[in-house]
Amino acid sequence: MEELWQGLQKAVELIINLDPEVMEVVGRSLRISVTSSLLASVICIPLASLIHFRNFLGKRALINIIQTLFSVPTVIIGLFVFVFISSTGPFGSMGLLFTPTAMIIGQMILVSPIMLGLIISALSGVDTAIRDTALSLGASELQSIVVILKEARYAVIAALIMGFGRAISEVGCALMVGGNIRGFTRVITTAISLETSRGELELSIALGIILLLIALIINVALNRIQQR
Amino acid sequence: MAQLATRNLGKKYSDTEVLKDINIEVEKGEVFTLIGPTGAGKTTLLRLLDLLDRPSSGQVYFNGMDVTGDNKNRLTIRRKMAFVLQKPAVFSESVYANVACGLQWRGTGRNITRKRVDEVLAMVGLTDYIHRNARTLSGGEVQRVAIARAMATEPEVLLLDEPTANLDPVSASRVEQLIGQIVSRYGTTIVMSTHDMAQGQRLASKIAVLVSGEVIQTGDSRQIFYSPLNRDIARFVGVENIIDGVITEREGDLVTITADNRSIEAVSGYGKGEKVSACIRPEEVTITLTGTSSSARNSFAGDIVNIQAYGSFSRVTIDCGFSLIALITTRSAAELALEKGKGVFVTFKASGVHIIKR
Repeated sequence: MEELWQGLQKAVELIINLDPEVMEVVGRSLRISVTSSLLASVICIPLASLIHFRNFLGKRALINIIQTLFSVPTVIIGLFVFVFISSTGPFGSMGLLFTPTAMIIGQMILVSPIMLGLIISALSGVDTAIRDTALSLGASELQSIVVILKEARYAVIAALIMGFGRAISEVGCALMVGGNIRGFTRVITTAISLETSRGELELSIALGIILLLIALIINVALNRIQQR
Repeated sequence: MAQLATRNLGKKYSDTEVLKDINIEVEKGEVFTLIGPTGAGKTTLLRLLDLLDRPSSGQVYFNGMDVTGDNKNRLTIRRKMAFVLQKPAVFSESVYANVACGLQWRGTGRNITRKRVDEVLAMVGLTDYIHRNARTLSGGEVQRVAIARAMATEPEVLLLDEPTANLDPVSASRVEQLIGQIVSRYGTTIVMSTHDMAQGQRLASKIAVLVSGEVIQTGDSRQIFYSPLNRDIARFVGVENIIDGVITEREGDLVTITADNRSIEAVSGYGKGEKVSACIRPEEVTITLTGTSSSARNSFAGDIVNIQAYGSFSRVTIDCGFSLIALITTRSAAELALEKGKGVFVTFKASGVHIIKR
Protein backbone atom coordinates (compact mmCIF):
# COMPACT_ATOMS: atom_id res chain seq x y z
CA MET A 1 0.00 0.00 0.00
CA GLU A 2 2.91 2.26 1.00
CA GLU A 3 4.51 1.57 -2.37
CA LEU A 4 1.38 2.52 -4.26
CA TRP A 5 0.99 5.76 -2.31
CA GLN A 6 4.61 6.74 -2.96
CA GLY A 7 4.21 5.81 -6.61
CA LEU A 8 1.16 8.02 -6.90
CA GLN A 9 2.92 10.98 -5.27
CA LYS A 10 5.94 10.66 -7.53
CA ALA A 11 3.73 10.21 -10.54
CA VAL A 12 1.94 13.47 -9.84
CA GLU A 13 5.34 15.17 -9.48
CA LEU A 14 6.45 13.76 -12.84
CA ILE A 15 3.36 15.17 -14.51
CA ILE A 16 3.50 18.57 -12.79
CA ASN A 17 7.19 18.98 -13.58
CA LEU A 18 6.53 18.01 -17.20
CA ASP A 19 9.16 15.28 -16.98
CA PRO A 20 10.91 15.14 -20.37
CA GLU A 21 10.70 11.38 -20.69
CA VAL A 22 7.01 11.29 -19.82
CA MET A 23 6.22 14.15 -22.20
CA GLU A 24 8.24 12.58 -24.99
CA VAL A 25 6.33 9.28 -24.70
CA VAL A 26 2.96 11.03 -24.49
CA GLY A 27 3.78 13.24 -27.49
CA ARG A 28 4.76 10.23 -29.58
CA SER A 29 1.61 8.35 -28.57
CA LEU A 30 -0.57 11.24 -29.62
CA ARG A 31 1.33 11.76 -32.89
CA ILE A 32 1.09 8.11 -33.92
CA SER A 33 -2.56 7.64 -32.92
CA VAL A 34 -3.76 10.93 -34.39
CA THR A 35 -1.96 10.13 -37.65
CA SER A 36 -3.36 6.61 -37.83
CA SER A 37 -6.88 7.81 -37.01
CA LEU A 38 -6.76 10.61 -39.58
CA LEU A 39 -5.45 8.31 -42.30
CA ALA A 40 -8.08 5.72 -41.36
CA SER A 41 -10.85 8.36 -41.59
CA VAL A 42 -9.69 9.43 -45.03
CA ILE A 43 -10.18 5.85 -46.16
CA CYS A 44 -13.21 4.95 -44.04
CA ILE A 45 -15.54 7.90 -44.78
CA PRO A 46 -15.65 7.29 -48.55
CA LEU A 47 -15.55 3.52 -48.12
CA ALA A 48 -18.41 3.51 -45.62
CA SER A 49 -20.42 5.79 -47.96
CA LEU A 50 -19.76 3.41 -50.83
CA ILE A 51 -20.92 0.43 -48.77
CA HIS A 52 -23.98 2.28 -47.52
CA PHE A 53 -25.15 3.80 -50.79
CA ARG A 54 -24.45 0.92 -53.15
CA ASN A 55 -26.54 -2.20 -53.24
CA PHE A 56 -24.51 -5.30 -53.90
CA LEU A 57 -24.58 -9.00 -53.21
CA GLY A 58 -23.27 -9.82 -49.73
CA LYS A 59 -23.69 -6.28 -48.37
CA ARG A 60 -25.36 -7.54 -45.20
CA ALA A 61 -22.64 -10.17 -44.71
CA LEU A 62 -19.92 -7.56 -45.20
CA ILE A 63 -21.47 -5.30 -42.57
CA ASN A 64 -21.68 -8.28 -40.21
CA ILE A 65 -18.00 -9.03 -40.74
CA ILE A 66 -17.09 -5.38 -40.13
CA GLN A 67 -19.05 -5.40 -36.88
CA THR A 68 -17.40 -8.65 -35.78
CA LEU A 69 -14.00 -7.02 -36.30
CA PHE A 70 -14.89 -4.25 -33.80
CA SER A 71 -13.44 -6.45 -31.08
CA VAL A 72 -10.60 -8.07 -32.97
CA PRO A 73 -7.69 -8.67 -30.50
CA THR A 74 -4.90 -6.17 -31.03
CA VAL A 75 -2.29 -8.92 -31.02
CA ILE A 76 -3.99 -10.54 -34.01
CA ILE A 77 -3.57 -7.29 -35.96
CA GLY A 78 -0.01 -7.12 -34.64
CA LEU A 79 0.67 -10.62 -35.86
CA PHE A 80 -0.93 -9.90 -39.23
CA VAL A 81 1.13 -6.74 -39.82
CA PHE A 82 4.26 -8.43 -38.48
CA VAL A 83 3.96 -11.28 -41.00
CA PHE A 84 3.75 -8.79 -43.85
CA ILE A 85 6.59 -6.47 -42.85
CA SER A 86 9.06 -8.80 -41.15
CA SER A 87 12.27 -9.31 -43.13
CA THR A 88 10.90 -12.52 -44.69
CA GLY A 89 7.46 -11.04 -45.42
CA PRO A 90 6.26 -9.58 -48.75
CA PHE A 91 7.07 -6.02 -47.65
CA GLY A 92 10.15 -6.96 -45.63
CA SER A 93 12.51 -5.08 -47.92
CA MET A 94 10.88 -1.79 -46.99
CA GLY A 95 12.38 -2.01 -43.50
CA LEU A 96 9.19 -1.03 -41.76
CA LEU A 97 9.39 -3.41 -38.81
CA PHE A 98 9.92 -1.68 -35.45
CA THR A 99 9.21 1.80 -36.83
CA PRO A 100 6.44 4.31 -36.02
CA THR A 101 5.20 3.77 -39.60
CA ALA A 102 4.53 0.11 -38.80
CA MET A 103 2.62 1.16 -35.69
CA ILE A 104 0.54 3.61 -37.70
CA ILE A 105 -0.28 0.91 -40.27
CA GLY A 106 -1.24 -1.51 -37.49
CA GLN A 107 -3.49 1.03 -35.77
CA MET A 108 -5.13 2.00 -39.05
CA ILE A 109 -6.11 -1.60 -39.63
CA LEU A 110 -7.21 -1.93 -36.03
CA VAL A 111 -9.53 1.10 -35.98
CA SER A 112 -10.93 0.81 -39.51
CA PRO A 113 -13.71 -1.69 -38.65
CA ILE A 114 -14.97 0.50 -35.81
CA MET A 115 -14.90 3.61 -37.96
CA LEU A 116 -16.51 1.86 -40.94
CA GLY A 117 -19.23 0.23 -38.84
CA LEU A 118 -20.10 3.34 -36.90
CA ILE A 119 -20.07 5.59 -39.99
CA ILE A 120 -22.35 3.15 -41.83
CA SER A 121 -24.80 3.18 -38.95
CA ALA A 122 -24.51 6.98 -38.75
CA LEU A 123 -25.46 7.20 -42.43
CA SER A 124 -28.37 4.79 -42.07
CA GLY A 125 -29.63 6.96 -39.22
CA VAL A 126 -30.26 9.84 -41.64
CA ASP A 127 -33.89 10.15 -42.76
CA THR A 128 -34.38 8.87 -46.33
CA ALA A 129 -36.33 12.06 -47.02
CA ILE A 130 -33.02 13.96 -46.85
CA ARG A 131 -31.69 12.11 -49.87
CA ASP A 132 -34.97 12.51 -51.79
CA THR A 133 -35.05 16.19 -50.92
CA ALA A 134 -31.49 16.72 -52.12
CA LEU A 135 -32.07 14.84 -55.38
CA SER A 136 -35.35 16.63 -56.01
CA LEU A 137 -33.64 19.99 -55.57
CA GLY A 138 -31.16 19.05 -58.25
CA ALA A 139 -28.28 17.43 -56.39
CA SER A 140 -26.19 14.91 -58.31
CA GLU A 141 -25.61 11.49 -56.70
CA LEU A 142 -22.30 12.68 -55.28
CA GLN A 143 -23.77 15.96 -54.00
CA SER A 144 -26.56 14.03 -52.28
CA ILE A 145 -24.00 11.79 -50.54
CA VAL A 146 -22.18 14.88 -49.28
CA VAL A 147 -25.51 16.20 -47.96
CA ILE A 148 -26.16 12.99 -46.05
CA LEU A 149 -22.62 12.94 -44.62
CA LYS A 150 -23.16 16.52 -43.49
CA GLU A 151 -26.46 15.58 -41.85
CA ALA A 152 -24.72 12.71 -40.06
CA ARG A 153 -21.68 14.83 -39.19
CA TYR A 154 -21.94 14.52 -35.41
CA ALA A 155 -22.34 10.76 -35.51
CA VAL A 156 -19.49 10.53 -38.03
CA ILE A 157 -17.19 12.61 -35.81
CA ALA A 158 -18.15 10.39 -32.88
CA ALA A 159 -17.13 7.36 -34.96
CA LEU A 160 -13.74 8.93 -35.68
CA ILE A 161 -13.17 9.73 -32.00
CA MET A 162 -14.09 6.18 -31.03
CA GLY A 163 -11.46 4.98 -33.49
CA PHE A 164 -8.84 7.29 -32.01
CA GLY A 165 -9.72 6.03 -28.51
CA ARG A 166 -9.10 2.48 -29.58
CA ALA A 167 -5.82 3.43 -31.29
CA ILE A 168 -4.26 5.27 -28.37
CA SER A 169 -5.23 2.69 -25.79
CA GLU A 170 -4.07 -0.47 -27.58
CA VAL A 171 -0.84 -2.16 -26.56
CA GLY A 172 -0.56 -5.50 -28.38
CA CYS A 173 -0.03 -4.25 -31.89
CA ALA A 174 2.22 -1.33 -30.88
CA LEU A 175 4.47 -3.72 -28.95
CA MET A 176 4.68 -6.35 -31.67
CA VAL A 177 5.35 -4.15 -34.72
CA GLY A 178 6.82 -1.12 -32.91
CA GLY A 179 9.16 -3.01 -30.61
CA ASN A 180 8.94 -0.49 -27.73
CA ILE A 181 12.29 1.11 -28.64
CA ARG A 182 13.11 3.93 -26.26
CA GLY A 183 13.08 7.32 -27.95
CA PHE A 184 11.77 5.85 -31.19
CA THR A 185 8.69 3.66 -30.87
CA ARG A 186 7.93 3.73 -27.17
CA VAL A 187 4.38 4.94 -26.54
CA ILE A 188 2.27 5.31 -23.37
CA THR A 189 0.85 1.79 -23.32
CA THR A 190 4.08 -0.03 -24.18
CA ALA A 191 5.98 2.08 -21.66
CA ILE A 192 3.48 1.22 -18.91
CA SER A 193 3.79 -2.47 -19.70
CA LEU A 194 7.60 -2.36 -19.63
CA GLU A 195 8.08 -0.09 -16.60
CA THR A 196 5.59 -2.12 -14.56
CA SER A 197 7.45 -5.35 -15.30
CA ARG A 198 10.67 -3.59 -14.24
CA GLY A 199 9.07 -2.40 -10.97
CA GLU A 200 9.24 1.29 -11.97
CA LEU A 201 5.75 1.95 -10.73
CA GLU A 202 5.82 5.76 -10.50
CA LEU A 203 6.48 6.21 -14.23
CA SER A 204 3.78 3.63 -15.04
CA ILE A 205 1.27 5.33 -12.78
CA ALA A 206 2.11 8.78 -14.22
CA LEU A 207 1.57 7.49 -17.76
CA GLY A 208 -1.57 5.64 -16.65
CA ILE A 209 -3.02 8.84 -15.23
CA ILE A 210 -2.29 10.69 -18.46
CA LEU A 211 -3.90 7.91 -20.52
CA LEU A 212 -6.97 8.08 -18.31
CA LEU A 213 -7.03 11.86 -18.74
CA ILE A 214 -6.93 11.44 -22.50
CA ALA A 215 -9.78 8.92 -22.24
CA LEU A 216 -11.71 11.40 -20.10
CA ILE A 217 -11.19 14.20 -22.61
CA ILE A 218 -12.35 11.92 -25.42
CA ASN A 219 -15.44 11.00 -23.46
CA VAL A 220 -16.33 14.58 -22.65
CA ALA A 221 -15.86 15.51 -26.30
CA LEU A 222 -18.03 12.58 -27.40
CA ASN A 223 -20.77 13.48 -24.97
CA ARG A 224 -20.83 17.07 -26.11
CA ILE A 225 -21.00 16.02 -29.75
CA GLN A 226 -23.76 13.52 -29.13
CA GLN A 227 -25.80 16.10 -27.25
CA ARG A 228 -26.02 18.33 -30.33
CA MET B 1 -47.19 20.14 -76.68
CA ALA B 2 -47.66 19.26 -73.06
CA GLN B 3 -44.89 20.27 -70.71
CA LEU B 4 -45.13 17.04 -68.77
CA ALA B 5 -46.92 13.92 -69.91
CA THR B 6 -47.07 10.20 -69.26
CA ARG B 7 -47.93 7.29 -71.53
CA ASN B 8 -49.28 4.13 -69.94
CA LEU B 9 -47.11 4.74 -66.92
CA GLY B 10 -47.08 1.91 -64.39
CA LYS B 11 -45.24 1.09 -61.20
CA LYS B 12 -45.04 -2.24 -59.43
CA TYR B 13 -43.48 -2.97 -56.05
CA SER B 14 -42.79 -6.72 -56.07
CA ASP B 15 -46.26 -8.03 -56.94
CA THR B 16 -48.33 -5.00 -56.01
CA GLU B 17 -49.36 -2.75 -58.86
CA VAL B 18 -49.31 0.72 -57.34
CA LEU B 19 -49.95 2.59 -60.59
CA LYS B 20 -51.31 1.33 -63.87
CA ASP B 21 -51.69 2.90 -67.29
CA ILE B 22 -51.44 6.49 -66.18
CA ASN B 23 -51.95 8.90 -69.09
CA ILE B 24 -51.85 12.53 -68.10
CA GLU B 25 -50.91 15.71 -69.90
CA VAL B 26 -49.88 18.80 -67.99
CA GLU B 27 -49.83 21.99 -70.03
CA LYS B 28 -47.38 24.79 -69.38
CA GLY B 29 -48.50 27.19 -66.66
CA GLU B 30 -51.44 25.17 -65.41
CA VAL B 31 -52.11 23.86 -61.92
CA PHE B 32 -52.69 20.16 -62.35
CA THR B 33 -54.11 18.51 -59.26
CA LEU B 34 -54.15 14.84 -58.45
CA ILE B 35 -56.89 14.09 -56.01
CA GLY B 36 -57.60 10.74 -54.49
CA PRO B 37 -57.78 8.95 -51.18
CA THR B 38 -54.66 8.10 -49.18
CA GLY B 39 -52.81 5.20 -50.76
CA ALA B 40 -54.17 5.88 -54.26
CA GLY B 41 -50.65 6.26 -55.68
CA LYS B 42 -50.37 10.06 -55.78
CA THR B 43 -46.91 10.19 -54.19
CA THR B 44 -45.66 7.34 -56.38
CA LEU B 45 -46.79 9.21 -59.50
CA LEU B 46 -45.13 12.46 -58.39
CA ARG B 47 -41.88 10.58 -57.68
CA LEU B 48 -41.97 9.08 -61.18
CA LEU B 49 -42.62 12.51 -62.71
CA ASP B 50 -39.63 13.96 -60.82
CA LEU B 51 -37.47 11.07 -62.09
CA LEU B 52 -36.69 10.04 -58.50
CA ASP B 53 -37.91 6.50 -59.18
CA ARG B 54 -38.09 4.48 -62.37
CA PRO B 55 -41.41 3.21 -63.67
CA SER B 56 -42.07 -0.49 -64.26
CA SER B 57 -43.73 0.34 -67.57
CA GLY B 58 -44.64 3.31 -69.73
CA GLN B 59 -42.93 6.62 -70.37
CA VAL B 60 -42.55 10.10 -68.94
CA TYR B 61 -42.26 12.96 -71.44
CA PHE B 62 -40.77 16.34 -70.59
CA ASN B 63 -41.42 18.99 -73.24
CA GLY B 64 -42.22 16.20 -75.64
CA MET B 65 -38.98 14.31 -75.03
CA ASP B 66 -39.08 10.77 -73.64
CA VAL B 67 -36.98 11.03 -70.47
CA THR B 68 -37.92 7.68 -68.90
CA GLY B 69 -34.74 5.71 -69.37
CA ASP B 70 -32.45 8.59 -70.20
CA ASN B 71 -29.55 8.24 -67.76
CA LYS B 72 -27.47 10.97 -69.34
CA ASN B 73 -30.05 13.73 -69.10
CA ARG B 74 -31.76 12.56 -65.91
CA LEU B 75 -30.03 15.15 -63.73
CA THR B 76 -30.47 17.92 -66.32
CA ILE B 77 -34.21 17.25 -66.58
CA ARG B 78 -34.62 16.87 -62.84
CA ARG B 79 -32.94 20.25 -62.43
CA LYS B 80 -35.76 21.83 -64.45
CA MET B 81 -38.21 20.60 -61.83
CA ALA B 82 -38.51 20.91 -58.07
CA PHE B 83 -40.40 18.59 -55.79
CA VAL B 84 -41.71 19.49 -52.34
CA LEU B 85 -42.20 16.24 -50.44
CA GLN B 86 -45.23 15.64 -48.26
CA LYS B 87 -43.13 15.75 -45.13
CA PRO B 88 -40.33 18.06 -46.21
CA ALA B 89 -36.98 17.38 -44.63
CA VAL B 90 -34.86 20.40 -43.83
CA PHE B 91 -31.10 20.12 -43.64
CA SER B 92 -29.80 20.87 -40.17
CA GLU B 93 -28.28 24.14 -41.30
CA SER B 94 -29.41 27.74 -41.49
CA VAL B 95 -32.51 28.71 -43.43
CA TYR B 96 -30.18 30.50 -45.88
CA ALA B 97 -28.16 27.33 -46.51
CA ASN B 98 -31.35 25.35 -46.97
CA VAL B 99 -32.72 27.71 -49.57
CA ALA B 100 -29.40 28.26 -51.32
CA CYS B 101 -28.46 24.58 -51.73
CA GLY B 102 -30.28 23.97 -55.01
CA LEU B 103 -28.53 26.95 -56.59
CA GLN B 104 -25.15 25.95 -55.18
CA TRP B 105 -25.52 22.47 -56.66
CA ARG B 106 -26.16 24.08 -60.02
CA GLY B 107 -22.99 26.12 -59.68
CA THR B 108 -24.80 29.46 -59.46
CA GLY B 109 -22.58 32.37 -58.41
CA ARG B 110 -22.63 33.70 -54.87
CA ASN B 111 -24.19 37.09 -55.65
CA ILE B 112 -27.02 35.70 -57.74
CA THR B 113 -27.66 33.03 -55.11
CA ARG B 114 -27.87 35.65 -52.38
CA LYS B 115 -30.30 37.71 -54.44
CA ARG B 116 -32.52 34.73 -55.27
CA VAL B 117 -32.58 33.54 -51.65
CA ASP B 118 -33.58 37.01 -50.42
CA GLU B 119 -36.29 37.18 -53.05
CA VAL B 120 -37.91 33.82 -52.29
CA LEU B 121 -37.63 34.25 -48.52
CA ALA B 122 -39.44 37.57 -48.87
CA MET B 123 -42.09 35.82 -50.93
CA VAL B 124 -42.74 33.20 -48.24
CA GLY B 125 -42.44 35.80 -45.48
CA LEU B 126 -39.41 34.30 -43.73
CA THR B 127 -36.82 37.01 -44.33
CA ASP B 128 -36.23 37.43 -40.60
CA TYR B 129 -35.47 33.71 -40.23
CA ILE B 130 -32.56 33.70 -42.67
CA HIS B 131 -29.93 32.83 -40.04
CA ARG B 132 -32.07 30.51 -37.93
CA ASN B 133 -31.30 26.80 -37.84
CA ALA B 134 -34.01 25.28 -40.03
CA ARG B 135 -34.51 22.45 -37.54
CA THR B 136 -35.99 24.90 -35.04
CA LEU B 137 -38.85 25.98 -37.32
CA SER B 138 -42.52 25.02 -36.90
CA GLY B 139 -44.32 22.73 -39.35
CA GLY B 140 -45.84 25.59 -41.32
CA GLU B 141 -42.52 27.42 -41.49
CA VAL B 142 -40.74 24.27 -42.66
CA GLN B 143 -43.31 23.89 -45.42
CA ARG B 144 -42.67 27.50 -46.49
CA VAL B 145 -38.90 26.98 -46.43
CA ALA B 146 -39.43 23.87 -48.57
CA ILE B 147 -41.45 25.87 -51.10
CA ALA B 148 -38.93 28.74 -51.04
CA ARG B 149 -36.09 26.26 -51.52
CA ALA B 150 -37.85 24.75 -54.51
CA MET B 151 -38.72 28.13 -56.05
CA ALA B 152 -35.18 29.46 -55.61
CA THR B 153 -34.08 27.21 -58.46
CA GLU B 154 -36.70 28.78 -60.78
CA PRO B 155 -38.14 25.44 -61.85
CA GLU B 156 -40.24 25.04 -64.98
CA VAL B 157 -42.36 22.51 -63.09
CA LEU B 158 -43.09 22.54 -59.37
CA LEU B 159 -44.31 19.26 -57.88
CA LEU B 160 -46.10 19.49 -54.53
CA ASP B 161 -47.12 16.42 -52.56
CA GLU B 162 -50.02 17.22 -50.23
CA PRO B 163 -48.58 20.66 -49.46
CA THR B 164 -51.00 21.38 -46.62
CA ALA B 165 -51.69 17.90 -45.25
CA ASN B 166 -49.84 18.32 -41.97
CA LEU B 167 -50.60 21.96 -41.31
CA ASP B 168 -53.03 23.85 -39.09
CA PRO B 169 -55.77 25.79 -40.96
CA VAL B 170 -53.96 29.15 -40.76
CA SER B 171 -50.65 27.79 -42.08
CA ALA B 172 -52.53 25.78 -44.69
CA SER B 173 -54.29 28.80 -46.11
CA ARG B 174 -50.99 30.69 -46.13
CA VAL B 175 -49.41 27.94 -48.18
CA GLU B 176 -52.40 27.93 -50.51
CA GLN B 177 -52.04 31.68 -51.03
CA LEU B 178 -48.38 31.13 -51.73
CA ILE B 179 -49.16 28.59 -54.43
CA GLY B 180 -51.56 31.06 -56.03
CA GLN B 181 -48.86 33.72 -55.89
CA ILE B 182 -46.30 31.45 -57.56
CA VAL B 183 -48.69 30.76 -60.42
CA SER B 184 -49.51 34.41 -61.02
CA ARG B 185 -45.97 35.70 -60.55
CA TYR B 186 -43.77 33.09 -62.19
CA GLY B 187 -46.23 31.17 -64.36
CA THR B 188 -44.70 27.98 -63.02
CA THR B 189 -46.40 24.76 -64.06
CA ILE B 190 -47.63 23.06 -60.90
CA VAL B 191 -48.49 19.44 -60.34
CA MET B 192 -49.83 18.88 -56.87
CA SER B 193 -51.55 16.11 -55.02
CA THR B 194 -54.17 16.50 -52.35
CA HIS B 195 -56.82 14.48 -50.63
CA ASP B 196 -58.63 17.71 -49.82
CA MET B 197 -61.22 18.10 -52.59
CA ALA B 198 -62.00 21.66 -51.66
CA GLN B 199 -58.35 22.58 -52.02
CA GLY B 200 -58.28 20.93 -55.42
CA GLN B 201 -61.27 23.02 -56.37
CA ARG B 202 -59.71 26.25 -55.11
CA LEU B 203 -56.35 25.87 -56.81
CA ALA B 204 -56.62 23.60 -59.78
CA SER B 205 -57.05 24.40 -63.41
CA LYS B 206 -57.21 20.68 -64.17
CA ILE B 207 -57.97 17.78 -61.86
CA ALA B 208 -57.23 14.08 -62.23
CA VAL B 209 -58.97 11.70 -59.86
CA LEU B 210 -56.67 8.86 -58.86
CA VAL B 211 -58.22 5.84 -57.18
CA SER B 212 -56.37 2.56 -56.56
CA GLY B 213 -53.56 3.47 -58.91
CA GLU B 214 -55.72 4.49 -61.84
CA VAL B 215 -56.80 7.86 -63.19
CA ILE B 216 -60.54 7.47 -63.42
CA GLN B 217 -61.54 10.98 -64.43
CA THR B 218 -59.76 14.08 -65.68
CA GLY B 219 -61.35 17.47 -66.12
CA ASP B 220 -61.76 20.96 -64.72
CA SER B 221 -63.03 21.32 -61.19
CA ARG B 222 -66.67 21.88 -62.29
CA GLN B 223 -66.73 18.66 -64.23
CA ILE B 224 -65.21 16.65 -61.39
CA PHE B 225 -67.27 18.12 -58.59
CA TYR B 226 -70.63 18.40 -60.30
CA SER B 227 -70.44 15.68 -62.94
CA PRO B 228 -68.46 12.79 -61.42
CA LEU B 229 -68.21 9.84 -63.77
CA ASN B 230 -69.08 7.12 -61.28
CA ARG B 231 -70.16 6.44 -57.72
CA ASP B 232 -66.60 6.17 -56.37
CA ILE B 233 -65.65 9.60 -57.65
CA ALA B 234 -69.02 11.01 -56.57
CA ARG B 235 -68.47 9.75 -53.02
CA PHE B 236 -64.92 11.05 -53.01
CA VAL B 237 -65.79 14.55 -54.18
CA GLY B 238 -68.40 14.94 -51.49
CA VAL B 239 -71.67 13.82 -53.08
CA GLU B 240 -73.36 12.38 -50.03
CA ASN B 241 -76.74 11.63 -51.56
CA ILE B 242 -76.62 8.87 -54.15
CA ILE B 243 -80.10 7.51 -54.82
CA ASP B 244 -80.66 4.54 -57.12
CA GLY B 245 -83.69 4.57 -59.40
CA VAL B 246 -85.02 4.13 -62.93
CA ILE B 247 -85.90 6.82 -65.47
CA THR B 248 -89.64 6.54 -65.98
CA GLU B 249 -90.39 9.66 -67.96
CA ARG B 250 -88.60 11.98 -70.29
CA GLU B 251 -89.53 15.39 -71.63
CA GLY B 252 -86.77 17.10 -73.55
CA ASP B 253 -83.82 17.23 -71.19
CA LEU B 254 -85.99 16.81 -68.15
CA VAL B 255 -86.30 13.27 -66.82
CA THR B 256 -88.22 11.75 -63.95
CA ILE B 257 -86.49 9.12 -61.89
CA THR B 258 -88.55 6.83 -59.73
CA ALA B 259 -86.82 5.72 -56.55
CA ASP B 260 -88.49 4.19 -53.50
CA ASN B 261 -91.91 5.22 -54.89
CA ARG B 262 -90.80 8.85 -55.04
CA SER B 263 -90.18 10.83 -58.20
CA ILE B 264 -87.08 12.92 -58.62
CA GLU B 265 -86.81 15.33 -61.52
CA ALA B 266 -83.43 15.92 -63.08
CA VAL B 267 -81.70 17.14 -66.22
CA SER B 268 -80.08 14.29 -68.13
CA GLY B 269 -79.47 12.90 -71.58
CA TYR B 270 -80.33 9.31 -70.62
CA GLY B 271 -83.50 7.71 -71.99
CA LYS B 272 -86.57 6.07 -70.45
CA GLY B 273 -86.01 2.75 -68.70
CA GLU B 274 -82.34 3.47 -67.93
CA LYS B 275 -81.13 2.37 -64.48
CA VAL B 276 -79.38 5.34 -62.93
CA SER B 277 -78.14 6.87 -59.70
CA ALA B 278 -79.18 10.40 -58.79
CA CYS B 279 -76.32 12.33 -57.16
CA ILE B 280 -77.25 15.34 -55.06
CA ARG B 281 -74.61 17.39 -53.24
CA PRO B 282 -75.77 18.06 -49.66
CA GLU B 283 -75.33 21.82 -50.10
CA GLU B 284 -77.89 21.73 -52.96
CA VAL B 285 -80.60 20.58 -50.54
CA THR B 286 -82.54 23.25 -48.65
CA ILE B 287 -84.81 22.74 -45.66
CA THR B 288 -88.05 24.66 -45.02
CA LEU B 289 -90.76 24.27 -42.44
CA THR B 290 -93.61 24.92 -44.86
CA GLY B 291 -93.59 23.37 -48.30
CA THR B 292 -94.05 26.71 -50.05
CA SER B 293 -93.36 26.52 -53.73
CA SER B 294 -90.12 27.76 -55.15
CA SER B 295 -88.43 27.32 -58.49
CA ALA B 296 -87.04 24.02 -57.25
CA ARG B 297 -88.79 21.09 -58.93
CA ASN B 298 -88.13 18.56 -56.21
CA SER B 299 -89.83 18.96 -52.86
CA PHE B 300 -90.46 16.22 -50.31
CA ALA B 301 -91.88 16.04 -46.80
CA GLY B 302 -89.85 14.09 -44.28
CA ASP B 303 -88.66 13.74 -40.71
CA ILE B 304 -85.28 14.70 -39.33
CA VAL B 305 -83.32 11.58 -38.35
CA ASN B 306 -80.08 13.14 -37.26
CA ILE B 307 -78.29 16.49 -36.91
CA GLN B 308 -74.50 16.77 -36.75
CA ALA B 309 -72.69 20.08 -36.33
CA TYR B 310 -69.45 20.71 -38.27
CA GLY B 311 -68.35 24.10 -37.05
CA SER B 312 -70.45 26.69 -38.82
CA PHE B 313 -72.28 24.04 -40.87
CA SER B 314 -74.76 21.38 -39.81
CA ARG B 315 -75.35 18.12 -41.57
CA VAL B 316 -79.02 17.19 -41.33
CA THR B 317 -80.23 13.70 -42.28
CA ILE B 318 -83.88 13.58 -43.36
CA ASP B 319 -85.99 10.50 -44.05
CA CYS B 320 -88.35 11.36 -46.90
CA GLY B 321 -88.93 7.92 -48.35
CA PHE B 322 -85.23 7.76 -49.08
CA SER B 323 -82.55 9.17 -46.85
CA LEU B 324 -81.33 12.63 -47.81
CA ILE B 325 -78.51 14.65 -46.30
CA ALA B 326 -78.63 18.45 -46.32
CA LEU B 327 -75.78 20.79 -45.44
CA ILE B 328 -77.05 24.07 -44.01
CA THR B 329 -75.49 26.72 -41.81
CA THR B 330 -75.69 26.02 -38.11
CA ARG B 331 -77.28 29.46 -37.73
CA SER B 332 -80.19 28.63 -40.03
CA ALA B 333 -80.58 25.24 -38.31
CA ALA B 334 -81.05 27.14 -35.07
CA GLU B 335 -83.42 29.68 -36.66
CA LEU B 336 -85.59 26.85 -37.98
CA ALA B 337 -85.36 25.18 -34.54
CA LEU B 338 -84.45 21.89 -36.21
CA GLU B 339 -84.35 18.85 -33.97
CA LYS B 340 -84.56 15.12 -34.25
CA GLY B 341 -88.03 13.87 -35.22
CA LYS B 342 -89.23 17.24 -36.50
CA GLY B 343 -91.19 17.21 -39.75
CA VAL B 344 -89.71 19.41 -42.50
CA PHE B 345 -89.72 19.89 -46.27
CA VAL B 346 -86.61 19.35 -48.34
CA THR B 347 -86.21 20.89 -51.79
CA PHE B 348 -83.57 20.77 -54.52
CA LYS B 349 -83.47 21.90 -58.11
CA ALA B 350 -83.60 19.55 -61.07
CA SER B 351 -80.34 21.07 -62.25
CA GLY B 352 -78.78 20.21 -58.87
CA VAL B 353 -79.14 16.51 -59.61
CA HIS B 354 -76.34 14.75 -61.48
CA ILE B 355 -77.25 11.45 -63.11
CA ILE B 356 -74.81 8.54 -63.32
CA LYS B 357 -75.67 5.42 -65.29
CA ARG B 358 -75.54 2.29 -63.13
